[in-house]
Amino acid sequence: MCTVANMLVGEKGIITDLCLDHIPLNLLEMGCLPGNEIELMQLAPLKDPLYLKVDNTYLAIRKETAMHIEITKIYD
Amino acid sequence: MKKIEEIKISLVGNPNTGKTSLFNNLTGLNQKVGNYPGITVDKKQGICKLSNKIGGIVTDLPGTYSINPTSIDESIVLDILLNTQNEDYPDVVVVVAEVENLKRNLLLFTQIKDLEIPTILVINMSDLMKSKGISLNLEVLERELKTKVILVSTRKNIGIDDLKEAIINYKSYDTTPVASIAHRMDHEFFEEVKAQFPNKYSLYKTWLLITQHQSANFITEDEHEKIHHFRSDIKKIEKLQHRETILRYALINEILKKGYQINRKEGTDLRGFLDKILTHKFFGYFLFAFILLAIFQSVFNLASYPMDFIDTSFAQISNYLKVNLPDGLFTSLLSEGIIPGIGGIFIFIPQIAILFFFIAVLEETGYMSRVVFLMDKVMRRFGLSGKSVIPLISGTACAVPAIMATRNINNWKERLITILVTPFTTCSARLPVYAIIIAVIIPNTMVFKIFNLQGLVMMILYLIGFATAIIAAYILHKVIKIEQHSFFVMEMPNYKLPSLKNVFFTVIERTKAFVVDAGKIILSISIILWFLASNGPDAYKNAEKLVKAQQVDNLHDEHFEQQLASFKLENSYIGILGKTIEPAIAPLGYDWKIGIAIISSFAAREVFVSTLATIYSVESEEQIATIKERLAAEENPITKEKRFNLPTGMSLLIFYAFALQCASTIAIVKRETKSWKWPIIQFFGMGTIAYVAAFLTYNFFI
Repeated sequence: MCTVANMLVGEKGIITDLCLDHIPLNLLEMGCLPGNEIELMQLAPLKDPLYLKVDNTYLAIRKETAMHIEITKIYD
Repeated sequence: MKKIEEIKISLVGNPNTGKTSLFNNLTGLNQKVGNYPGITVDKKQGICKLSNKIGGIVTDLPGTYSINPTSIDESIVLDILLNTQNEDYPDVVVVVAEVENLKRNLLLFTQIKDLEIPTILVINMSDLMKSKGISLNLEVLERELKTKVILVSTRKNIGIDDLKEAIINYKSYDTTPVASIAHRMDHEFFEEVKAQFPNKYSLYKTWLLITQHQSANFITEDEHEKIHHFRSDIKKIEKLQHRETILRYALINEILKKGYQINRKEGTDLRGFLDKILTHKFFGYFLFAFILLAIFQSVFNLASYPMDFIDTSFAQISNYLKVNLPDGLFTSLLSEGIIPGIGGIFIFIPQIAILFFFIAVLEETGYMSRVVFLMDKVMRRFGLSGKSVIPLISGTACAVPAIMATRNINNWKERLITILVTPFTTCSARLPVYAIIIAVIIPNTMVFKIFNLQGLVMMILYLIGFATAIIAAYILHKVIKIEQHSFFVMEMPNYKLPSLKNVFFTVIERTKAFVVDAGKIILSISIILWFLASNGPDAYKNAEKLVKAQQVDNLHDEHFEQQLASFKLENSYIGILGKTIEPAIAPLGYDWKIGIAIISSFAAREVFVSTLATIYSVESEEQIATIKERLAAEENPITKEKRFNLPTGMSLLIFYAFALQCASTIAIVKRETKSWKWPIIQFFGMGTIAYVAAFLTYNFFI
């Protein structure tokens, strides 16, 4: 299983599933939904939090939340 | 004359859409903020001229991503929009969206539209459409969204008149919901809701009432019961909220397919480039430290000139009144109570304005979010969140807006700890106390030829403030046991040049609110102090006789007057009060006069300076003296040593660094934690630390 937490910087993926118990509502509201493209832009110096681009929105979340977003990687 | 028609307008929108800019464009400087300063934190209202006959009252609601109540800000929005009895219930809602993030912004729009209030959609930053390769079909959007759509650019001041016209015509807009999704979310559940709440509210409004954590205050007892029943399965409610979001996005995608096109051009990647530097594992921290240092340096250097000027001016005014007005009660109240009191307020303005200016610039440019990103992991080790950095920095201006800024910390434990430790950071109310004491006890010399010694001591006090906040956070983190998911979601906004207009308005607004709030306290305390210092029991009334009786030989007039004045002060009500507490504060190196200043500054720290100014000016017979000169001249009557020597001064500095002497902070902590427990713990905790630390400091330097 591949989650956002084990993406490498610069990699892209499509969100396949979210574990709703561990995902705050406002993350969904910002566009983090199944079917949307997600890209890992950057990691903070201590590898956490993660700086993501989801459906044209730039946002930062912690690793413990990223673990619960499943993706399939896409390769250009 | 016919009464001018007034339309009530609510501004709603996601953060970073230019909502505040639009508010400024519509209202100019005709704005007022309820209660406390802070951008889009509390209720902000302004008056706007729509046409010659029609005016508008614009309420700028807090920036939110949706109206699902997950934080206090959203609850505020929801309460105004659901409660038709609310005095701010709008005639028309203006939803501000931004052209680049239209999809996300429309989520909030569809929710608001479903409330069946006339709603106008404003799409901001329309001037960037061409360069971003975006084209909009307004006709399609208006038809599909069932509303009026206006393109504006707050940066270039385009489209504001169109918006005003659209607001005037608010009655002509379709108020039917855009998304009737309730039954698609869960048919069975909503059939039951419908049965329980037949007519009074629409189905969607009822749903929003059910999702509220704290029941709305405008519903009946019976309705409250029913809502409580629906909320019994909270997991289900959360699931439905998730489902609502997904369904709304599906609808928005359909609509945008028809009315929104984008040809992505890979332009210059300014964001990527700046991010690489600003969040770099070495340069990122280095730059942050450098920026902080630069800010504090300029606050002191730039502000010192106007501050000296203000200090001298007030001393002169006071003296002018004393000389030119007839002797009497009123003159004495004016020149010894009110004027030094007001001087004690005005002397802050330069430093506060400069500090607010820098904080506003950092917020406007988008840099603050990068700092949060950079600091989150580090701060978490101390039980804080990366988002705690903003309160801790803005705490250097004032703890009240800083504590309100903790609202976007999603985790309660992290938020609580941030609230508890923020008052340790050196707020601007401590500045005048520090400034005056440092000026008296620390020589104005250079160290290593580049650092000014006074500035260096001030720097150290700031560092002590930050360090104590962090250490206290770590201890609280170990002591407080609250288990909660630590959700952390933060938008990383685009970098942009700060709008001078927005920065200017923010500085004016916050400074004004601060001066008015602090001013009320300082002025009333000054008057009370003056009264207590100019009245007293028998010994005070017979002062002249008693002092004369004490005289062994005939002193000349001048000395007699001086003796009389200090005798009077000692036997006034305030003198008696000060003498009573003297034993408790003597171990810290303070006399009863300083004691009075400390007591009175428990309402607000800055009162310390004006209190001493009032006390010494009641006593002093000198014609012109600034507050600083008066402090420096003060002597211990027995040893004839300077009263403000190094041990006492240092002890005072440390006391003020730690003690929670601010009624506004206590009030705001009570409000934000919803209990008296935390402000009481905070008050006594910080008080104990202050007393012990001041005691140790005094004994170290003596």
